Amino acid sequence: MAAKMFRQCPDSGLFFHKSAESLMKAHAVLGVVYLLVGGFLGLLVALTRMPSLHLLSAEDFYLALSIHGTAILIFWIIFFEMAVLYFAASTLLRCRPATPGIGWVGFLLMVIGSVLVMTAFFRGNSSVMFTSYVPMPAEPIFYLGLILFAVGALIGCFIFLGTLVIARQEKTYDGSVPLVTFGALTAAIIAIFTIASGAVILIPTWLWSLGFINHIDPLMYRTVWWALGHSSQQINVAAHVSIWYAVAAILFGARPMSEKVSRTAFLLYILFLQLASAHHILADPGVSSTWKVFNTSYAMYLAVLASMVHGLTVPGCIEVAQRKKGFNNGLFEWLKKAPWANPVFSGMFIAMIIFGFIGGITGVVMGTEQINLIIHNTIFVPGHFHATVAVGTTLTFMAITYFLIPVLFRRELIWPTACKWQPYIFGGGMLILSLFLLGAGTLGVPRRHWDINFSDALLQFQFAGTAITMLGIAGFGGFLAAVGGALFCLIAVGSLIFGKRLDPGASLFSSFGFPMASSCYNVERPGKLGLAPVEQTGDGGVQAKGTFVLALVFLASFVVYFFINAKYLSSIWPMG
Amino acid sequence: MSILPPSQKIWWKEPIHGIEMMWIILALIWCLVLFLWMPYWHVYGKQNLSNESYKTSPEKFESKANAMAKEHTVRTDTKSNIPVVHPPAGSDVYLLGRMWQWWPILELEKNKTYRLHISSLDWQHGFSLQPTNINLQILPGYETVVTITPDQSGEFAVVCNEFCGVGHHTMLGKIYVK
Ligand SMILES: [Cu+2]
Repeated sequence: MAAKMFRQCPDSGLFFHKSAESLMKAHAVLGVVYLLVGGFLGLLVALTRMPSLHLLSAEDFYLALSIHGTAILIFWIIFFEMAVLYFAASTLLRCRPATPGIGWVGFLLMVIGSVLVMTAFFRGNSSVMFTSYVPMPAEPIFYLGLILFAVGALIGCFIFLGTLVIARQEKTYDGSVPLVTFGALTAAIIAIFTIASGAVILIPTWLWSLGFINHIDPLMYRTVWWALGHSSQQINVAAHVSIWYAVAAILFGARPMSEKVSRTAFLLYILFLQLASAHHILADPGVSSTWKVFNTSYAMYLAVLASMVHGLTVPGCIEVAQRKKGFNNGLFEWLKKAPWANPVFSGMFIAMIIFGFIGGITGVVMGTEQINLIIHNTIFVPGHFHATVAVGTTLTFMAITYFLIPVLFRRELIWPTACKWQPYIFGGGMLILSLFLLGAGTLGVPRRHWDINFSDALLQFQFAGTAITMLGIAGFGGFLAAVGGALFCLIAVGSLIFGKRLDPGASLFSSFGFPMASSCYNVERPGKLGLAPVEQTGDGGVQAKGTFVLALVFLASFVVYFFINAKYLSSIWPMG
Repeated sequence: MSILPPSQKIWWKEPIHGIEMMWIILALIWCLVLFLWMPYWHVYGKQNLSNESYKTSPEKFESKANAMAKEHTVRTDTKSNIPVVHPPAGSDVYLLGRMWQWWPILELEKNKTYRLHISSLDWQHGFSLQPTNINLQILPGYETVVTITPDQSGEFAVVCNEFCGVGHHTMLGKIYVK
């Protein structure tokens, strides 16, 4: 008799396999731990960059900044993404995970790797920032930790692929994989490429730090490193866009307007994102303009096209679903009547708007070869990626966590009022932070800089008063975002410990990576996952007019902002 | 439902929603404009990065900067007597970055063109000319050459905007334009 390893969540109807479930929980919990660590140091960074506070000493500031970037951009996000991969393959396809034992090995490697990196940071000799550019050295355990972490993540990606194969062989579903799984598949493929690039550059750098290799060319390092550094952010884009589709389906029963369009857009990510990382070396010597233009152009703009497509199809499918429910008055009744008090929706929607309007537009402006001259390495860059990663990815992951706590962990959320406000506080704080960092960067304020008053420098220079004011406001935004982030961590951890148990039989530890009480697992093999109901096919003549208007507003802002920057560029010294 | 397999097994034959098609066309046109913008600026724009750069070594670059300073120093500045160099218009000008200074101080003439060579003697640095806001990445072992024509007079700061160690925030240089 086969063991009963599945349970069906009575609220969502989803099936969870015992071993996949434990892996999901473990990865998600570790992710939140790093969000807490990275977020706290981010607060210290924000309060130091606030000129009136200037909290930390220079040494502590660079240490905090290094930890903040790495803990958030790598550890929080990738741990969480591993949970998303297990969910998208095992849970959505009603399939057992491939080799769960090796999954735990991967998890363990990620834990050991991340702890080594953190140890290197806290020992104080590895404040090399997220980018860790050679020839500035970090301790050998820093590089080793990153390598081990990457190997662990790679194992997770292969288990995801293996699970898809098992699901196909055991025919756990009909037809093609769901769109959300398809999006997760693109994330996994990009991740594999990314980690391979990471190995190509981090292994020699590790050997260099140990003294076995005596020179790493900085340009070569930058080129290969950015194939890791940039693509790793594209894993996030593919992952969080998949979650947007998932939220639309879960909350609204929305169906993609066209599977063909949405899937093709995901394919564009795989095909064109990798070399888009060339835009990180637009201001570097040793690389010709032709190479820069070629690699940023075809690679970047087709990927930009893909994001613009998702930007229409995600809200578009929500609009169509809402209109079918009768919210059909005017252009925006569907949006006004959306569940704005539900953090799963509000988090996802705020993430989408800020990701598109602020993150997307500034990213493209920055990726234009010549405009990059007025932006490269200024604080504009963190302004951009706080809109993309801190809001787009992190807030999306927070939003889906509000869904996962009852469904995956079987706990009720505590503090309903705090839950309701959290996405607005975090999103609002990050919006202020991003906008004012972008503004200060446009005025030339450097990133990764402890004191822009240059108080103990031999020569003197003063930035415009506006720039200083903007940094102050950005610091306030950072503080607000940290409050929102802390609130999220409190709600998540608090709900796991104190939230009301939804399955009375569940054990005390069922929230923490350990399985539920065995009585919960009462299904040997879930029924085959059928196709989406046919009546949900197509737009049924319902047009997403409101979304189209929003998309036009977006395009207009994009065009205007692009040309404002081109105008600004034309005012600097002629050079060539 | 995007969490269920598509209702039509052959999803790639689905028709495309009218609004989606319109948006794809608009977005594609805009992406093409963005792409063409870069070659366009190379031809008609005045602010471009040159394609000229060389492999070098810290010693080689330092000796070239020293030679220039020796020949064209007009005075010194600050209490540590940093040389202020006034090279002839049109000449090759050297600026070196090292922990934690840009050396030497340059004095240029307005609306004259110079070939500015920049490199680093140690780690990566960021050349950020303020308040004009021109930002370049400077790598050790690589000599960047840009032809610049200062078109404003005044005092300009060279801020380092690539993290280069704990004294990074003191890394300031100066360019006077007369
Ligand atoms: Cu520097």
